[in-house]
Formats: sequence, structure tokens, C-alpha cells
Amino acid sequence: MRDRQPIIFWTGFAVILTLLIIAPLMLPAFWGRFVTEILIWGLLAMSSDLLIGYTGMVSFGHSAFFGLGMYGAAFALLATRPPNLWLALFAGLVAAAAIAAFVAYFSTRLRDIYFAITTLIFSQIFYIVIFTWTELTGGENGLTFSRPALAIPGLFSLRFTPRTLHWFVLAIVILSYLLLRRITHSPFGMVLQSIRENEARTRAIGYPIERYKILAVMLSGLFAGLAGVLYAFQNEFAAPNFVFFVLSGEVVIYNVIGGIGTLVGPVVGAAFFLLLREELSRFFTEYYLIPVGLMFIAMVIFMPQGLLGFARRWLNR
Amino acid sequence: MGFLDAIPWDLLLIQTINGVVTGMILALVASGLTLIFGIMDVVNFAHGEFLMLGAYIAVLTLVATHSFWIALIVAALGTALIGAIIYLTTLRPLLGRDPLTTILATFGLSLVLQNYALWQFGPVARKIPEPFSGSIQLFYLNYPLYRLMIAALSAAIIGGFWLFLKYGTWGIWIRATTQDRIMAQAMGIPVPWVLTGVFAIGSAMAGASGVLFGPLVGVDHAMGFDWILRAFIVVVVGGMGSLGGSVLAAIFISLLEAYASLWVSPAQAGIVSFVVLIMTLLFRPTGLFVATPK
Repeated sequence: MRDRQPIIFWTGFAVILTLLIIAPLMLPAFWGRFVTEILIWGLLAMSSDLLIGYTGMVSFGHSAFFGLGMYGAAFALLATRPPNLWLALFAGLVAAAAIAAFVAYFSTRLRDIYFAITTLIFSQIFYIVIFTWTELTGGENGLTFSRPALAIPGLFSLRFTPRTLHWFVLAIVILSYLLLRRITHSPFGMVLQSIRENEARTRAIGYPIERYKILAVMLSGLFAGLAGVLYAFQNEFAAPNFVFFVLSGEVVIYNVIGGIGTLVGPVVGAAFFLLLREELSRFFTEYYLIPVGLMFIAMVIFMPQGLLGFARRWLNR
Repeated sequence: MGFLDAIPWDLLLIQTINGVVTGMILALVASGLTLIFGIMDVVNFAHGEFLMLGAYIAVLTLVATHSFWIALIVAALGTALIGAIIYLTTLRPLLGRDPLTTILATFGLSLVLQNYALWQFGPVARKIPEPFSGSIQLFYLNYPLYRLMIAALSAAIIGGFWLFLKYGTWGIWIRATTQDRIMAQAMGIPVPWVLTGVFAIGSAMAGASGVLFGPLVGVDHAMGFDWILRAFIVVVVGGMGSLGGSVLAAIFISLLEAYASLWVSPAQAGIVSFVVLIMTLLFRPTGLFVATPK
């Protein structure tokens, strides 16, 4: 019985992957784009799950990593002619990693709620800097740029269509999922989970907890930055709204709705939230956050495990 | 002394007064937050929304009664009632669970309340007229007396609350519950009521500060957010759960921001408080204005 579970898991994985691959061929343009966006937000939520679900630290600052990835890519795309995809990817990741290192160094000195508040405040610092530094970031108007071509110099160059962009995003998100899954299963990931379960005991065993936490925040920030880069490719636009803390809050909501500590759960949570928003905004227009917020509160109280919480063990096997 | 002449003393003095005024309001907001945190480990993300609700209740009451003082009292009582109801329905069930769940629940609450206000009252800022319009001559500018009165009123509310904590029966119950909830229960203190009461009092303080501050900026659905972030900073810098520390930190940070805005724009001056926070975290993570823990 035990031996068959990986088979079931990977079969399910293959089925969902196939569905996601053929999605843009089957769905109308709007919903195709919608699925691409879900993947990107799902990646952001997954990155935050590494902290919330596996290390037990709730980050309210993921918008900063996401936004810095986005602006890093934007700068690289605006600075080079013609815009280079890989350079943008690299610049976004470096920007996000640098910020994540900075935030990690300070915020990991604190635990629990203090960590949450500190990350929130840090993201707000970057929001203000980006919002007021108009010469560099375009301030409130943000930066507009054009999408680079998918190219390997000397080999081929391919202009992105919505479909190829979807497959590109899908490939990166799936790779990130496999990587994150590997990380959480590695000895390093086990130490993180041990910190979540009992920090004092982990310290007593002799693990340098601070270093593990800093590394966890940096890794998480790196993947969040990756999501930001992808979103920049998708939207051809970087705006300070994406650095605002409300986005971080939404990421936490994705995690809680979907089920923390599952990696897949946050993606499901993102999909659920975005679908709900899409449907509810027809009735409630911009006030859709009222029913969504009420539902979120109810889930925190009555269903803290989230939608996929029941499968948590199984998904982490 | 050419060096001393170069310093704009008049501007510095005005900014000092401005800093103390905003500092007192901030202290009022933060003391409610720190109280709620200190006694029940609840980080109230929706605290700023109580400030906003208080201001809106005052706006509605003003239309009916035209009296600022009645509006202030009604707003305080109204937010206390709303706070109690919210505590009983959403936070009570979370008691004893991971404190992080309360930050999630109150975050959801903040979304709901903010969007409810936007839905009910629209995006246009409402006005609360100043209760009196006198001013005093301060160098070349007429400094509105109302601002000074805000500082005095905030100080009075905080002072009164401090006396209540020190000598009132309920105040003593509250302090006992903060120290040891189980022991307090064993001594016959009605802990569930104390917790509800504390949440109501904290909400009322936020509501009152919203009314006091309303005339200066106008009332809109997002007014709470600015305050909640700064109040969080104050609570961390002042030492979590310490009332006196919060008050001192609030004035300290507001003064720094006021001085900074002499040279940079107000939005950038806000970064000063972030810097103070980072420094505090680096060098004295227990808080600037509390005794060193043994």
C-alpha cells in the first residue's frame, strides 16, 4: 500500500500537468490568460508557504520580494535594446534576493507576530521608496515596457504569444514546484519543519536556527521574485500597487484557504480566491472583499487546515 | 554665532509642537493596541479600522446633534460596542490557538470593515468641523488651538486610563489577567468578561482618536491604515505590552518625523520611523523605553 502512494501522486501530477498544458488550447483567450495568472500567483503563494507552512513564520512582506522581482525585470528590459529575457530574469532574481537578504537579516531576529509585523513594515518601506522615487520608478504611474522574445542567442528567437507565454510560465512554475518540493524534503527542509514544531528543541540539538531561518526567508524571497518577473512578462507593466502590503495579505489568504504546508494547497487557494473574486465582482463590483473577507474569517475559525489540509500528510510524502 | 543663526529655531519649535500633537494621538491609538496585545496576545490588525469607524460614527452623530462632544462620546461607546461584538464572534473562538491565527482573522476583519465603509460612505472624504476655531499667535503663524486641545485630551484619556488600571477594580483585574490568566481565573476574576472589556476599551480608544484626529485630515475608509502601521512600529519600539513605553515611543517617533519633514516630503519623513524600528530591532529588540529584562 505504501509503495503505491508515490505512483498515485505522480499519476495525479501528470494528469494535472497535462491539463495545464492543453488548457490554452481548449479555453477561450480570457480564461487562458486567467490560468496563466493563477499559475503566477500560485508560485508566489507557494514561495510564501515555505515560510508559513514549513518554517512556521507568517510573512506579511512577500509583496516586497514580488515587487522587487518585477521592478528588477522592468529595469533590465528598459535598459537593454532589444530587451533580453534572460537578463531580465537574472536582474529580477538578483533584486529580489538582495532585498530578501536584507529583510531576512533583520526580521529573523524576531519570532511569531513580531516577524509578521516586521516583514509588513519592511515591505511598506520599499513601497514608499518606490512610490516616491519618481525619476527611477515612474512613481504612481509605474513602468511600461515591452515583452522580450524567448531567445537563445545564435540558436533561435521566438516571439511570445499568449500560448507560448503560458507554457513558459507553466514550465517555470512546475520546475519551481519540484525544486521547492525537493527543498522541503531535504535535510534542510526537515530542519525547517523541526523549527516549526519546536524551535527551542531544535536549537538545543545544535542547529544554528538563525542561519536556517535567514536562508529560508531568502529562498522564499527568491521564488517570490521569480513570480514577480513572470508577472512583469505577462503584464508588461510594473506598478507600486504590487508592492503594497494588501498583496502580501492576499498571499497569506491564498495559503490559508488552500492549506498551508502542502505547496499545492496555496496554488489551489490562489485559484479558488481568484475565481471567487471573478465571480463575486459581478454582483458586488469592487466590494467583493466584503464576502471574501467574511469567508476568510470563517475559514480561519472553522477550517484552519484549508481546502487541501486533509491531504497534507500525503502531499508531503 | 553664525552657526546658531543658521538653525531655524521658529520652525523647529513649530515642528516640536506638531510632533507632540501627532505623538499624543498616536499614543492613544497605540495604547489600545498594546493593551489588547499585552493581555490576550491578539495582534489586532483591524485596530485602525476602529479608528475609522469611530470617525464615521462621529460624522453621523454630528449630522444629528451638531455637538462635537456628544459625537465624541457616542463614537467611543459605539466602537466599544462594535469591538465587544467582534471580539465575541470572531476572536473568542480563537483563544488558546496559535496567536498567528488572530492576525489572520483580524486581517480579514480589516478588509471587511474597510470595504464596508467604502460601500456605505463612498470614496469622498467626509469632514468633521473643529469644535472651536480659536488660535494662538506663534511667530508668524496662527496656530490652531484645537490642535493643542487634541494633545491635551489624548493625554487626559491616557492618564485617566492609567489611573483606572492602577486603582480601579476592573483595572486591577485587567493587570492581574495580563500577568497570569489562569491564576486570575482561580482568584475569581471573571476573565472572559475582562478580555471582552479590554477589547472594547481598546476599540473605544481607537474610536476616540479617530474622532479627535478627524478634523485635521478628513474621514475616509482608508484613514486607519496609516495609523495602524505607525502604531505597530510604536508598539514594537516602545516594548510590546508596555503602556508607558508606547506613549514615550509615540512622541519620540512623531517628533523625529516632524523634524525630518522640515527637509524632506512628509511621505519620505515616514521612513524615519522605519529606520528607528530597524535600529531598535538591531540593538534593543525588547524595546527602547522599557527596563532591560533580566
